[in-house]
Amino acid sequence: MAEDPKDTPAAPAAGEPAKPAEPAAPAPAAAAPAGAKPAAPKPAAPPKAPVPAPVDAMGEPLVAALAAAVPGAVLGAKRMVGQTTVELAPGKLVEACRHLRDAETFTFLVDLTAVDWKARDPRFDLVYWLHSFARGNTRIRLKVGVRDGALCPTVSGVWETANWMEREVFDLFGVSFEGHPDLRRILTWDGFQGHPLRKDFPVEGIDTGAAIYPDRYPEGGGPAPDDKNRKTVS
Amino acid sequence: MDISASVLTYFLIPAVKAVVVVILVATAAGVLTYIERRTLAFLQVRKGPNRVGPEGILQFVADVVKLLTKEDVVPAKAQHFIHFLAPVLVMVPGLAVFAVLPWGPEFTMRIPGLGKITTAWYATDLNVSLLLLLAITTVGIYGIILGGWASNSKYALIGGLRSAAQLISYEVPMGFAVVSAILMARSLSLVEIVEAQRTHHMWFILPGLVSFFLYFVSGVAETNRIPFDLPEAESELVAGFHTEYSGFRWAIFFLTEYANMITISAVATALFFGGWLRPFPNVAALAFLDVIPGVLWYVLKVSCFLFVYIWFRGTFPRYRFDQLMALGWKTLIPISLTNLVLVALAALGGFRGLRILGIVLWGAAIGAFLIVTRLRAAKPPAAKTAPASVRARAAEA
Amino acid sequence: MSETVGTAGSVPETRDTMLGLREMELNFGPQHPSTHGVLRIVLKVDGERIVSARPDIGYLHRGTEKLFETETYPMVIPHTDRLDYVAAATNNHAYCLTVEKLLGLEIPKRAQYIRIVLDEMQRISSHLLWLATAAIDLGAITPFFYTFREREVILDLFEDYCGARLTLNCMRVGGLQEDLTPGWLEKLRAFTEDLGSKIDEYEDLLTENRIWKMRTVGVGILTTERCIAWGVTGPPLRAAGLAWDVRRALPYECYPELDFEIPTGKNADTYDRYLVRIAELRQSRRILLQCCDWLAANPTGEIRGKVPRVIKPPAGDAYASVESPKGELGFYLVSNGGNKPYRLRVRPPSFINLQALPEMARGHMVSDLVAIIGTIDIVLGEVDR
Repeated sequence: MAEDPKDTPAAPAAGEPAKPAEPAAPAPAAAAPAGAKPAAPKPAAPPKAPVPAPVDAMGEPLVAALAAAVPGAVLGAKRMVGQTTVELAPGKLVEACRHLRDAETFTFLVDLTAVDWKARDPRFDLVYWLHSFARGNTRIRLKVGVRDGALCPTVSGVWETANWMEREVFDLFGVSFEGHPDLRRILTWDGFQGHPLRKDFPVEGIDTGAAIYPDRYPEGGGPAPDDKNRKTVS
Repeated sequence: MDISASVLTYFLIPAVKAVVVVILVATAAGVLTYIERRTLAFLQVRKGPNRVGPEGILQFVADVVKLLTKEDVVPAKAQHFIHFLAPVLVMVPGLAVFAVLPWGPEFTMRIPGLGKITTAWYATDLNVSLLLLLAITTVGIYGIILGGWASNSKYALIGGLRSAAQLISYEVPMGFAVVSAILMARSLSLVEIVEAQRTHHMWFILPGLVSFFLYFVSGVAETNRIPFDLPEAESELVAGFHTEYSGFRWAIFFLTEYANMITISAVATALFFGGWLRPFPNVAALAFLDVIPGVLWYVLKVSCFLFVYIWFRGTFPRYRFDQLMALGWKTLIPISLTNLVLVALAALGGFRGLRILGIVLWGAAIGAFLIVTRLRAAKPPAAKTAPASVRARAAEA
Repeated sequence: MSETVGTAGSVPETRDTMLGLREMELNFGPQHPSTHGVLRIVLKVDGERIVSARPDIGYLHRGTEKLFETETYPMVIPHTDRLDYVAAATNNHAYCLTVEKLLGLEIPKRAQYIRIVLDEMQRISSHLLWLATAAIDLGAITPFFYTFREREVILDLFEDYCGARLTLNCMRVGGLQEDLTPGWLEKLRAFTEDLGSKIDEYEDLLTENRIWKMRTVGVGILTTERCIAWGVTGPPLRAAGLAWDVRRALPYECYPELDFEIPTGKNADTYDRYLVRIAELRQSRRILLQCCDWLAANPTGEIRGKVPRVIKPPAGDAYASVESPKGELGFYLVSNGGNKPYRLRVRPPSFINLQALPEMARGHMVSDLVAIIGTIDIVLGEVDR
């Protein structure tokens, strides 16, 4: 199991970065922490669980295999709370994904999303997490940094499920995907201006009336001053 | 006053009967909607309408009043004349058919001022009344097609087309089933068919077991009821051919559907279940049952079939349209043809031949039923090829 | 939602097909009795055959993920209720698991068992609702009333426990808000024991019914590799034959200690999905009985772990998922060390399963589309968030 919910309390024992994904049978997860926890008697006051912190994971076999197979793709890797995240270069994304899908049996794309780091360049982090049935339910996460306005290559040719997920990222973040078969807004309506999940988009919403129907709604929204349906509260 | 006998017989009495029939049918259709709602509720472990009037019996009156006072919405691009004509074309045949349905035998009564009148519990009896019945009900199909077309709505159009195809397809097995009953009685007149069942001591359900099932199933399809109600399937087409009708026009479609149910049930009773005859009409030992008039027997039998209609509605999912058509053309028509040939051959031997056919058919049916139930009980509940889920159920049960 | 605003009454748009016949474009929804919410499907039909079915979603988009970023961690929980509003406890559960993972919290055993009880009750309630709507869409109007009778008992139990019937808000980071009220466990056990015969009732009506089988066998086939390509999880994946369940594959809480089977199907059609969900009802019942036994044997215990007063997970990210009745429901949390999530993403199983609809519907008839939508079991709150 790559993810082990009981992994975190055993963090002191798992300080070594080279903790590969356990391809063991889907046996009760209690087996792994039972082996990892130190066999000390329970102290009177339970020790404070250490705060989870990321550790470097470049030495993991999966990451190393990926770095070897697709040179220049892997920019870094981290492991936190039992989950490995690999940082990829955008140019090598599709190649790396194909390698992972075909050679490493990560045939299942669990989810695809973006994170907006406003004050950073590249602004967006595109996150993909993959699942492998053949490897005993191992998961791995990929991160790609994409700049504002830059195109990101699409992975909908690798996993079909990425189609709507990328449309949603386009809709809510404004990241365009190169090679996507049908890049349109999915959750907001046609004519909507703006990308709601960006950090500079206000939670209260923006005036979209004027954005879509500028001849009907004045700047600032709402019915025109001489509209008989306008109600004034005084 | 002195009214000549011919005016009385050929004008006044039929006029009175026509008025009575129309009023009764409209009321009966309305009451049937109430009964259906209560029966469905009973099947579904809930109460039906029970507020309006004692036990909710005035519910249909409230519904009719509501529908009459509702705004009549006609789609803007609909063709108004046809939109108006469609419900008429559905209702008029639906009511006209009741002219030939017999509810009881002849009787005499004495009316002060007019003398003794011999009339019958039916408006008229032609020697081709079955043919007339089939022909009139077919005219009702026009109304449905036109209703779907005239609404200028894709859903209604699909519903109308489906309904037309379905109704035409199921006319064929229904017709064959009816023909087999005609062969047994050697007459097209419904009254004579009932009389034949009396004189020959045999309800036509005996040789007509298969015919009856064919007729009833086709009848359910003809009236657009579940499991054949795809043309008005609420979950797919909103309301099919009557989507765009509101208020009283919709009520006309709705009530005519129930009137058709009554028609089919009444014809099934007359053709196969002895009409107004009491059970075993020729057995003298049961003569005490004669105190119940024939009309009541007829109504009782019709009510049984109406209950079966409602029971179907509460139990079955609906057929998909191509499955429905396949059932009609590929299953029912071959069966009805075979059945017709069998009945014709048996009828060559007169009523003895028909009795023999009846015994054979019923014997085969009961035998098949017993064999199938025995097989089902003996079979292990989950075959080896069943998916794990079914095996899990068996393991847990 | 898309380029044209089509109405049901507009002139049919037609296009010539290869044989010189014309295709018709039909709007299925968003107001439609059987789309289970506001879902619009733009159909291109050739007579009765579907040439293409393009779902158009977003009618229920409420900007939930944006709202998450403005709420502190405990305040997020009521928002998660409204995602898959039919199975609210599983949403709470997935979210709490994610935050607890990032915080490194341990949850007390009693809380784990009660969480499992709530989850399985939600699974039963959601599957009962699914059965009701799937049956009524295909014309069988009676199972609706039978299943809602059972569902009413579950909703009453929820109200007894946390005060709400549908949007529960019952779990907290670190455990639960409330412990069980006295007598609640007995009521649950009585209901659960009775449920077996009720499920038999539903099966009597439908499983061997010839018409039901004709409507569902062979309809909407999605094989295992297509499921994996489309990211489909939950009963559709299991009906295709792959016995994959988050409760077994990526275990959480005390599921490893419980004894239950994962039902699978063989033909990946609508009928198998129906059988799988019915079997899941029975397995949930099994789990509930085991949990009732444990909870009755351990009547006291902590229901909330040691949670800091202000929840501030360390900077980093984590993902945790649960097996919701619809599929794998997960939350991806990116934290920057503050007291509000920096980015909280929901992995919505209904959204991802719905993507496979065009492939499942192609070549079938319009009436089958109703069966297929019913069998994917979507909840628009989760599809649109």
